[in-house]
Amino acid sequence: MRALRVLLHVPGRVFRFMRRDKNAATGAIILFVLLVLTAFPTWFTPHDPAAEIYTPGAAVSWSHLLGTTSFGQDVFSQVIAGTRQSVMIALIVGFFCTVISVIVGISAAYMGGIVDDGLSLLTDVVLVIPTFPLIIVIVGYLKSAGFWLMVFVLVFTGWSYGARQLRVQALSLRNRDYLLAAKARGESSWYVITVELIPPMTSLIVANFLGAALYAVLASAGLQFVGLGNLNAESWGTMLYWAQNNEALQTGLPLWALAPGVAIAILGSGLALLNYAFDEVANPALRPVRAMKKRRVA
Amino acid sequence: MSEPILQVRDLRVEYATPAGPAQAVGGVSFDLAKGEFLAIVGESGCGKSTLLFAVAQLLTYPGRLAGGEVLFDGVDFTTLKPEELRLHRWRDISVVMQSAMNALNPTLTIGAQLTDACKAHTEWSDEKIAQRSAEVLAMVAIDAVHLKSYPLQLSGGMRQRAMIAMALLLEPKLVIMDEPTSALDVVAQRSLMHQVETLRHQLGFAVIFVTHDMSVVSHYSDRLAVMYAGEIVELGPTRQVFDRPEHPYSQGLMEAFPSLLGESKQLTGIAGNPPSLVDPPEGCLFAPRCAYANDECRSVRPELIAYGNHQVRCHLVARTRKNDA
Amino acid sequence: MPDAILKVQDLTRLFRVGGFRTRGQLHAIDEVSFEVASGEIVALVGESGSGKSTIARVLAGLYPATSGSFVFEGKAMGRREVRASRGDMPMVFQDPFGSINPVLRVGHALLRSLKLHRPDIKRADRFAEAVALVEKVGLTPGEEVLRRYPHELSGGQRQRLGFAQALASRPSLILADEPVSMLDVSIRLGLLNVMKELRDNEGVSILYITHDLASARYVADRMIVLYAGRIAEEGLTTEVIGSPQHPYTRLLMSSAPDPHLAPTAFEGDDLGEPPKVINPGPGCRFAPRCPLAMDQCVVTTPPMVALSATHHAACYAVKP
Repeated sequence: MRALRVLLHVPGRVFRFMRRDKNAATGAIILFVLLVLTAFPTWFTPHDPAAEIYTPGAAVSWSHLLGTTSFGQDVFSQVIAGTRQSVMIALIVGFFCTVISVIVGISAAYMGGIVDDGLSLLTDVVLVIPTFPLIIVIVGYLKSAGFWLMVFVLVFTGWSYGARQLRVQALSLRNRDYLLAAKARGESSWYVITVELIPPMTSLIVANFLGAALYAVLASAGLQFVGLGNLNAESWGTMLYWAQNNEALQTGLPLWALAPGVAIAILGSGLALLNYAFDEVANPALRPVRAMKKRRVA
Repeated sequence: MSEPILQVRDLRVEYATPAGPAQAVGGVSFDLAKGEFLAIVGESGCGKSTLLFAVAQLLTYPGRLAGGEVLFDGVDFTTLKPEELRLHRWRDISVVMQSAMNALNPTLTIGAQLTDACKAHTEWSDEKIAQRSAEVLAMVAIDAVHLKSYPLQLSGGMRQRAMIAMALLLEPKLVIMDEPTSALDVVAQRSLMHQVETLRHQLGFAVIFVTHDMSVVSHYSDRLAVMYAGEIVELGPTRQVFDRPEHPYSQGLMEAFPSLLGESKQLTGIAGNPPSLVDPPEGCLFAPRCAYANDECRSVRPELIAYGNHQVRCHLVARTRKNDA
Repeated sequence: MPDAILKVQDLTRLFRVGGFRTRGQLHAIDEVSFEVASGEIVALVGESGSGKSTIARVLAGLYPATSGSFVFEGKAMGRREVRASRGDMPMVFQDPFGSINPVLRVGHALLRSLKLHRPDIKRADRFAEAVALVEKVGLTPGEEVLRRYPHELSGGQRQRLGFAQALASRPSLILADEPVSMLDVSIRLGLLNVMKELRDNEGVSILYITHDLASARYVADRMIVLYAGRIAEEGLTTEVIGSPQHPYTRLLMSSAPDPHLAPTAFEGDDLGEPPKVINPGPGCRFAPRCPLAMDQCVVTTPPMVALSATHHAACYAVKP
């Protein structure tokens, strides 16, 4: 289908672009590395992350690149293993948030009238709800927080910001002449929305995805840090929880606390840097122009 | 000409682009006499608006003054510091922009904006400001009641006239206008031009008027300058340039206007596109599109040569004139 | 008119404006009737507020008429017919930068039009047909142009593309909504000549909407002058330009600057203020500005007076 074909062009363009813009390339490399770690953590973990068999509180050494925790676990392996949870939550929550905000935002803008009024009201109400306290209440009430519950809660509280932004942008594009031209030549509404309206908004949609992903990483880490996640899961947030609980900083094991924090920051930076790439992909006017071979009429 | 109030000498402006600096204005020189109406005409991208901004010292990044002088009453504006320039702004030179909706603040009333302009450049009392505001509005046939109106409440023609009123607050010696009529309908346009002309005769200010549509100025300007790719290619008395254009580009441009009442004939535009300003051609910038270009044209950049009161930048014209002399 | 492909009858479009307290009706177009024959260019001339763009958009099916009707190629166009036949009366838009989707290639819209409106052309042949269409409007080499993105074309090239897209459905009538207003003056001629060629070589009629009388005179066979949503004068171009009868037409003629002629004296002090189209009330809408206004003029709308078989003006001061 046409819309799909248009979207499939994106990876090719992204690739060609990466080679030029350093910011985007850096972001892409970071994310690529993290994706590899997500897929194949065992290739990179020198030791079993959960095993508590090593010398507790050991200093940095070749065998333990970041030292060990006060339980005798290898910090480095834990960080590597924790990548999976964080990256997965970022991508999954980002994806669902984006899908919902695209559907809600664009429908509201395109259909206008009472549909717009209703969807905008819904968006605004959800937007105004204070997220973190709500998450804590829900998760605290349900006692145990499995992965999918966390995803659900984060998506529920995260989609409204993007929906608002997308609605505004879709509204500004709605009366562009090229949409009227498409309508005038007889295209159906569905076609106009998917092929003419959404592609120029790609950069904003991707920015939304990256923003939602970042939000998910930070919020999930925060939840786990306060002890509301699954405390046996291997993730950066739980590492922070255990580090905090065992007073890592005070007992001379700073790397235990810093390593997951830095890892979260790296993931966040990767997401932000990659944002630059999509701006150029989605907006051809920002791409360099190839010289035309023959020139004719002005 | 008797003491000119404005002398522009070899003005150059560059724009920073990803592909390197673009020569937007390349060595423009002209004089402007007191009370004279000079029209600068050219298509999009020829540098006319950039030239105007450079003269008024309003260039911002990525544009940059790359050389030349702007002498107003003997003072070189390009060497003045911003505080010194401010003393000249609005008193000596004022500017009327292309689109009043872009230049007027939509959240302030007309009266408030006139007051702003007065306060920024004078020490007038509030009564004097109020009196002068009503005076300038009357000059452009706007009722003083509109001092309390917001720009959105006025029609396009009225907004443009309000801009002109604002430009005349301090009775400047020179008013610079950047396509002030292009957003207006034909009757409003005619009315505005007539207004400008009447005021010019009354108050004696000089005008530099930039436009892409020369029919608008054809009956009002004293002299006409044709710009192409950042250079003046022809400059002379208006009627002379219209009726007997010498530069091939001017000739093409004059031919590009369908006549309303005159003879009805098939016309053609000028084929081709303006040259790249980042990587301009070696010789004459118009040579790639010129039907008469020869080898000299393509290798040597022609100078702007004066023949009496008419200046033309063309090798072929220079050759013909020399033969005639 | 014997072979009229378009007959417009009393077309009216009103918009509701204002909030709670200042409710009103904006009379964008009011009882407009005219015809277009095959193979002719008709200029719809008017300033802002005249309703010329509204007529185009109603005819193109972008919004419905409030009342009145039109018949196209013999078929009465009610709402359902308009929706089904979108693309049979294609429109060329004014803004070369806004009328093409910036993220899709130039050929995209053209190929879509061909797909939707020319079922006779097989999929494999569509590209070749698209190339032929763009070359017809002077964009060569066609294959290269189609692969470009819009920002790589100049304004004039994009407008030519607009005409090529309109031609895709082999229409008998193209609606051109101020196609040259945003182009440089020397580029405009190229487009105007394209319009003439389309009329002469392809037999396509064009409804040319503009505020510029001189360009209307250059291309159009007939002219219709609009003011405040109503027709002020219509006739052959030579008639309307040669002997304008309606005071508004005369005002337009004297205001339009013609560099080739000596300046005309500026009559009166008309400031060019736009007309009142919100709740306008009865009578001629030009009366407040008209030098010939009589008592009758503000009471009832003047009917069209025939000055010849082809020349009409809606004015009480005009004698047939």
